[in-house]
Amino acid sequence: MDRFVWTSGLLEINETLVIQQRGVRIYDGEEKIKFDAGTLLLSTHRLIWRDQKNHECCMAILLSQIVFIEEQAAGIGKSAKIVVHLHPPPSNKEPGPFQSSKNSYIKLSFKEHGQIEFYRRLSEEMTQRRWENMPVSQSMQTNRGPQPGRIRAVGIVGIERKLEEKRKETDKNISEAFEDLSKLMVKAKEMVELSKSIANKIKDKQGDITEDETIRFKSYLLSMGIANPVTRETYGSGTQYHMQLAKQLAGILQGPLEERGGIMSLTEVYCLVNRARGMELLSPEDLVNACKMLEALKLPLRLRVFDSGVMVIELQSHKEEEMVASALETVSEKGSLTSEEFAKLVGMSVLLAKERLLLAEKMGHLCRDDSVEGLRFYPNLFMTQS
Amino acid sequence: MVGLEEIGCFSLFPASGLGSYFCHLMIPWWGCPVTSSWSILQMSKQLDMFKTNLEEFASKHKQEIRKNPEFRVQFQDMCATIGVDPLASGKGFWSEMLGVGDFYYELGVQIIEVCLALKHRNGGLITLEELHQQVLKGRGKFAQDVSQDDLIRAIKKLKALGTGFGIIPVGGTYLIQSVPAELNMDHTVVLQLAEKNGYVTVSDIKASLKWETERARQVLEHLLKEGLAWLDLQAPGEAHYWLPALFTDLYSQEITAEEAREALP
Repeated sequence: MDRFVWTSGLLEINETLVIQQRGVRIYDGEEKIKFDAGTLLLSTHRLIWRDQKNHECCMAILLSQIVFIEEQAAGIGKSAKIVVHLHPPPSNKEPGPFQSSKNSYIKLSFKEHGQIEFYRRLSEEMTQRRWENMPVSQSMQTNRGPQPGRIRAVGIVGIERKLEEKRKETDKNISEAFEDLSKLMVKAKEMVELSKSIANKIKDKQGDITEDETIRFKSYLLSMGIANPVTRETYGSGTQYHMQLAKQLAGILQGPLEERGGIMSLTEVYCLVNRARGMELLSPEDLVNACKMLEALKLPLRLRVFDSGVMVIELQSHKEEEMVASALETVSEKGSLTSEEFAKLVGMSVLLAKERLLLAEKMGHLCRDDSVEGLRFYPNLFMTQS
Repeated sequence: MVGLEEIGCFSLFPASGLGSYFCHLMIPWWGCPVTSSWSILQMSKQLDMFKTNLEEFASKHKQEIRKNPEFRVQFQDMCATIGVDPLASGKGFWSEMLGVGDFYYELGVQIIEVCLALKHRNGGLITLEELHQQVLKGRGKFAQDVSQDDLIRAIKKLKALGTGFGIIPVGGTYLIQSVPAELNMDHTVVLQLAEKNGYVTVSDIKASLKWETERARQVLEHLLKEGLAWLDLQAPGEAHYWLPALFTDLYSQEITAEEAREALP
């Protein structure tokens, strides 16, 4: 901890910010010290830590002082950490929080996560060593590590050896996993080839294929995650699974739709349904494919796609065109409205409010005034007062 | 398993009409290769075998995928190469056995919620960095860490929901669009130009992109209209067009409504 120097936290010219992360605690070796909640910034030249509660408390370490870094995985009740091993401090070091320390390493604890990205970027900077090519002011003279002929601290050699062993072990695990993955992919590729040949046969109508077999084939494709090459159906990639899902959705969404005036955007539905499920979540494509089958299955909801590409679920009983009449009333009362204003008045999301106003415009009831101040809708007096 | 086509089963029954009808009925006895039905049966068997292989893989390496974001990237890339989408459906083997599905679909929900919460401020445009920070904050201490690559993959899946999720490369990073605003090449290029300072002027555009004034003005007006840019007429020189999506913690501070009121003259 005695390598840190106090700093204003401002970046020098030629020094660029790479990444920053809140919620980082610093350990001096294994010991917790008072610097328990700060923002950690990585620049091309330094590692800077600023206290979240007291912004004046700001300190930094030069990247050139780092020997190497390692990751420490999170555990139960423990955050993920990066261990930073440091060269001894130079004799002309500026003042910092600690005059001396028995440890030649510090730990950075990521209490609010972000360790993965930070480690990646820090490794990159350590490899690229951009500080060597981008000179900054005198006060940040780069320390090029131990001078030739100087004895390296014994502790570091031992740590390096341990790290090398650990790296070999990790590499072995990873390469085993990678090897297994490669073998698995070879088998998966065979499945892809087989499904292509089946799809071709179906297309060329070779031999009979029953309805039942088509359904089974589609469910195999779904299991493997292979795109359906057979586009006979007009509704989605309709497998049994999606049909069941469609029926489930009809049950789940009835109440929420009624609460929201009969219409919800597909993103709202995605969040609602997945939050309720908790696990075994639906993929966005599962949801879309199920919704495409709603109408065909004669369920009381339907999927609708607006011109803008926005997708919504409506109750069958909901007639958007009728809602337009009441929208026109609301706009007339107020003289003119933007989507945001209308949304607030009626209690809708801005996205759907905009779609309703656009539909009203399409039907000729509203006129637009499009300026830098925003898109505003007026009753269409050309229609009513001609 | 040798395909029975090679044994010359066809010579016993003609491949069309009544013959193939009998073949189809008699598969269990004769193993007659009526082409697509037989192949589907074959696929079903291979699928069972594959499922077993995947289960074995999962039992050894499921943790690795969960914990190691680089391995996740390799896994995704290999799937893409062979034409498989492990995230297409929650009902797929990959999702069920490796647990990758829930991880990305939940991330999708969190991304949508963050974008919605910040839309009033940035018009529906946010840097990948800020999105990453906000998502991590929302996930809380005990959730698993996510990488930026994970976010990008989750967002690519969200595009299926049709509400204008887009990924725009700027500088060395990405801007994430979460509203269906029309952004063409001209708009994108100006956003990229603005990334350096957080704002852009008509002169900047004319100097860097060599456009005429009118073209620059139209693009900037569109960004204003969509709520993605703010107009600063009090800036020295000419008007500055700021992109709130590009504000970083270094430039801005969260202040409360009272503080804002007090700050105004």
